[in-house]
Amino acid sequence: MSTPLLSVRGVKAYYGRVQALKGVDLDINDGEIVALIGANGAGKSTLMMTVCGDPRAREGTITFAGQDITRLSTHQIARLRLAQAPEGRRIFPRMTVLENLQLGATTADPAGFETNLERVLALFPRVAQRLHQRGGTLSGGEQQMLAIARALMSSPRLLLLDEPSLGLAPLIARQIFDAIRTLNAQEGLTVFLVEQNAFHALRLAHRGYVMVNGLITLSGSGRELLERPEVKAAYLEGGRQRAAH
Amino acid sequence: MTVLANSAGKGGRVEEGAIARDRNRFVAAATDASLTALIAFGLFLPLIGFETVQNINEVLVLRTRWPFLFSLVAIIGAGRLAYVLVVPPWLARRAARPIAAEPPAWRVAVARWFVPCAIGFVVAYPLMVAWALGLRGSLKWIDNFGIQILIYVMLGWGLNIVVGLAGLLDLGYVAFYAVGAYSYALLATHFGLAFWILLPLAGILASFWGILLGFPVLRLRGDYLAIVTLAFGEIIRMVLINWVALTNGYAGISGIPRPSFFGIPFNADDNGFAAVFGLPFSPIYRTIFLYYIIMALALLTCFVTVRLRRLPVGRAWEALREDEIACRSLGINTTNTKLTAFAMGAMFAGFAGSFFAARQSFISPESFTFLESATILSIVVLGGMGSQLGVAIAAIVMIGGTEITRQLDFLKEIFGPTFDPTQYRMLIVGFAMVVIMVWRPRGLITTRAPSVYLKVRKTIAADLVKEGRG
Ligand SMILES: Nc1ncnc2c1ncn2[C@@H]1O[C@H](COP(=O)(O)OP(=O)(O)O)[C@@H](O)[C@H]1O
Ligand SMILES: [Mg+2]
Repeated sequence: MSTPLLSVRGVKAYYGRVQALKGVDLDINDGEIVALIGANGAGKSTLMMTVCGDPRAREGTITFAGQDITRLSTHQIARLRLAQAPEGRRIFPRMTVLENLQLGATTADPAGFETNLERVLALFPRVAQRLHQRGGTLSGGEQQMLAIARALMSSPRLLLLDEPSLGLAPLIARQIFDAIRTLNAQEGLTVFLVEQNAFHALRLAHRGYVMVNGLITLSGSGRELLERPEVKAAYLEGGRQRAAH
Repeated sequence: MTVLANSAGKGGRVEEGAIARDRNRFVAAATDASLTALIAFGLFLPLIGFETVQNINEVLVLRTRWPFLFSLVAIIGAGRLAYVLVVPPWLARRAARPIAAEPPAWRVAVARWFVPCAIGFVVAYPLMVAWALGLRGSLKWIDNFGIQILIYVMLGWGLNIVVGLAGLLDLGYVAFYAVGAYSYALLATHFGLAFWILLPLAGILASFWGILLGFPVLRLRGDYLAIVTLAFGEIIRMVLINWVALTNGYAGISGIPRPSFFGIPFNADDNGFAAVFGLPFSPIYRTIFLYYIIMALALLTCFVTVRLRRLPVGRAWEALREDEIACRSLGINTTNTKLTAFAMGAMFAGFAGSFFAARQSFISPESFTFLESATILSIVVLGGMGSQLGVAIAAIVMIGGTEITRQLDFLKEIFGPTFDPTQYRMLIVGFAMVVIMVWRPRGLITTRAPSVYLKVRKTIAADLVKEGRG
């Protein structure tokens, strides 16, 4: 098997004295969609942020595309075309949608901007209709689409998505999952997806990891994990019940 | 026939109803106003109604001031009545007015022509004033109003880069103004270097100090940043006061050379400006020249800022203001972004400072107190953070307003010779600021012009809209 695109080995991360990651191992191969599921506070967002260098891993190594990125700063990691649509979307609310997208292309070659824009907007037509609107005036779903579109503007090799369906209506969430699937199928984009919505995430993903209290406890193909009783009990039944309420 | 009668009757009823409603409204307003007057009476009776004075025997006696008290109460009651009758209906009418889809034509025309006209006015201003008021009479208007306001417009625009665009709250901006002023003053008096050489040098030195301040505060934001920058401003002032050997302390530096007109000095000599151009000597020529220098510097500041906003660095400033973490994850080097914002802002303050020193010919630490930083920051906040036009208008209102209240001598005719209008200057300015902030809580101009429009390929959006997907 070829070397993975992203490889996380024994990573420990702390917030001050609180340990949030207790030695995480994880691989993402080129062209895969990998889902990470886990309860609130398990450390999923922390892992994603640690891959991006904030907080830094205090122990362990993170390798991206054959390069050790453990000690690089966040903006240097982003320049290696590792893009992130962070938790809470974090779009620039007072700037227009187009400016948001332009900022997403910070690390990209300016010459390719227009082609890239066209490609990304074709994926999210609702964003395309609102190019000159201020980011903060978009609806929640549109903001999430903008966050993903912005991350895509750098033509990333790996896209990190932290809870893209959080707080969205099921229909909108489905559109977002569809867009992820399209990106993966058509452009071979590698996606690392953190989700509360375990059912959808594991159906979409090739492989999945389950995180509990800062440790990976289970891994396997999406389908396998969906069948596992622990996963069902912890994330699916409860999840369905939550959705029903 | 019946239809006509009917409609007439209905019209009559409607009118009656309206009259009754008006009467009710008036009664309610009158009640409200009487109540206000009553409260005012109760409040002012002890405060204003009675007064103690010493009589000839140096004994305190109580005197009443009924006319003063009652006229005050009447004014308050009438004011309240007018307010209640006018403001709520006006607000209701304004709220009821539908929002037009297209702005009216005159608004479009104003938006299109306002800035060119304003620049034209600023260019023509000293000549118009000199023509209208004569050489001697116009000095005050060009110097106190023109130059003074333009200095603050420039400082406002400079600080706007740091606070308005990059979102870094800087309470010590005056430090860079001081660095610019002292750089020019010291280098010009000791080494006799010319204004035009020292101007860029002062800007560079100030921006160097801007970067120096930037490093320690890189990790700070909001109130913590504000406190450190405030301290920085005070440290610079303390150094200026206490390093007497270099700066001459409180006494300041005097005899700072004025700028010359391409080598021709503005004096009464045979080779002075007036003599060379065959004009009668007058100090006004230098003032007009200084006016154009500061105008050019201010416009340069504005131009550079407007251009930078469209470049990646300017966009990064604004993104930094919005969300620092998102910036980093998009590959923006936030360290460099902050430092360039500090350096740029400081550079323009340095230019303004060296101009200030050259114009005054005397500087001392008095000119660089925290009040200056606060004034400049108020201009940026009142203008609406980030808006070039808003900052310019706010500077005109604040500094022009302060200057105008210096000219309130006519109030002595009304309130008697013991009334000193200058004592009320800051009160009036402060009150005006409060009114502006109540009226426009986010500053005069809050609309943010996008830095980019999709011009080249408008078709992208249009096509997708037509398809109506999503
Ligand atoms: N900025 C922070 N400072 C301190 N503790 C944090 C911070 N962010 C997260 N944590 C803690 O780290 C743990 C993991 O959080 P997080 O990664 O956000 O979980 P998840 O994304 O899986 O819900 C939690 O216990 C949380 O309280
Ligand atoms: Mg999370």
